[in-house]
Amino acid sequence: MKTGKQDIIKNEYTIPASTDSLKDVREIIETACAKYKISKKTVYEITLAVDEACTNIIKHAYHNSSDKQINISLTVSEKLFEIKLTDTGEHFDPSKIPNPDIRESQKQKKGGGLGVFLMKKIMDEVKYKTIGNKNELTLIKKLM
Amino acid sequence: MADFNVSSRVNGDVCIIDVQGYLDAHTAPLLENEFNKLIDKGIYKVVVNFSNLDYISSAGLGVFMAYVETMREKNGDIKFSNLKKEVYSIFDLLGFPVLYEFFKDEEEAVKKFG
Repeated sequence: MKTGKQDIIKNEYTIPASTDSLKDVREIIETACAKYKISKKTVYEITLAVDEACTNIIKHAYHNSSDKQINISLTVSEKLFEIKLTDTGEHFDPSKIPNPDIRESQKQKKGGGLGVFLMKKIMDEVKYKTIGNKNELTLIKKLM
Repeated sequence: MADFNVSSRVNGDVCIIDVQGYLDAHTAPLLENEFNKLIDKGIYKVVVNFSNLDYISSAGLGVFMAYVETMREKNGDIKFSNLKKEVYSIFDLLGFPVLYEFFKDEEEAVKKFG
């Protein structure tokens, strides 16, 4: 396959900040990745990382207010997958979240705290910044 | 077809939970309900059969973390069987194989309860 600027996908989406949107987010990622020779495992992992990022925004930035929105800016090429998620909710910096202790969480009968860890483990870069009242989370995965 | 389905059936004194489709933050409450129903009935020996589960996110994994201790306190457990490769790899990424038993097929998992 020839590569060049014309082979870069750039798309923008706005989704309601509801867990009901997660299936649409997964479809967006899978559809974009399907245009490139990306392994099933990598597509699965990227989809999961983005799902986790959106879930955190829905739960922790917006506290499940489904009238809010998440803006998605997606860039995919043969070499790189990059997604930028923007919200206007409470600041939520993933780098401040400690790694989970699953054994301890189980003892306390708690189930949370795994999403950020998965996101960081799967992606090559996880960048967070605030711009005014906006939170901007960028996830990057090198594809070759 | 629904994004996610969960149902329970009995195999000896073990309850099998069949999960199907996509288990994420939206659908995980359905799995929680299933565990609550079992606890209400006093059933603590559980095998989760993943043969029809295509996707799991941390919200789904969190359900097992939240309930396994209750099952173990009552001499039961949550064991996993029939996972697809991609689904297992997420459990593996988080270190679940050290804390839970995974089996290739359901019968093997049921027998392990003795």
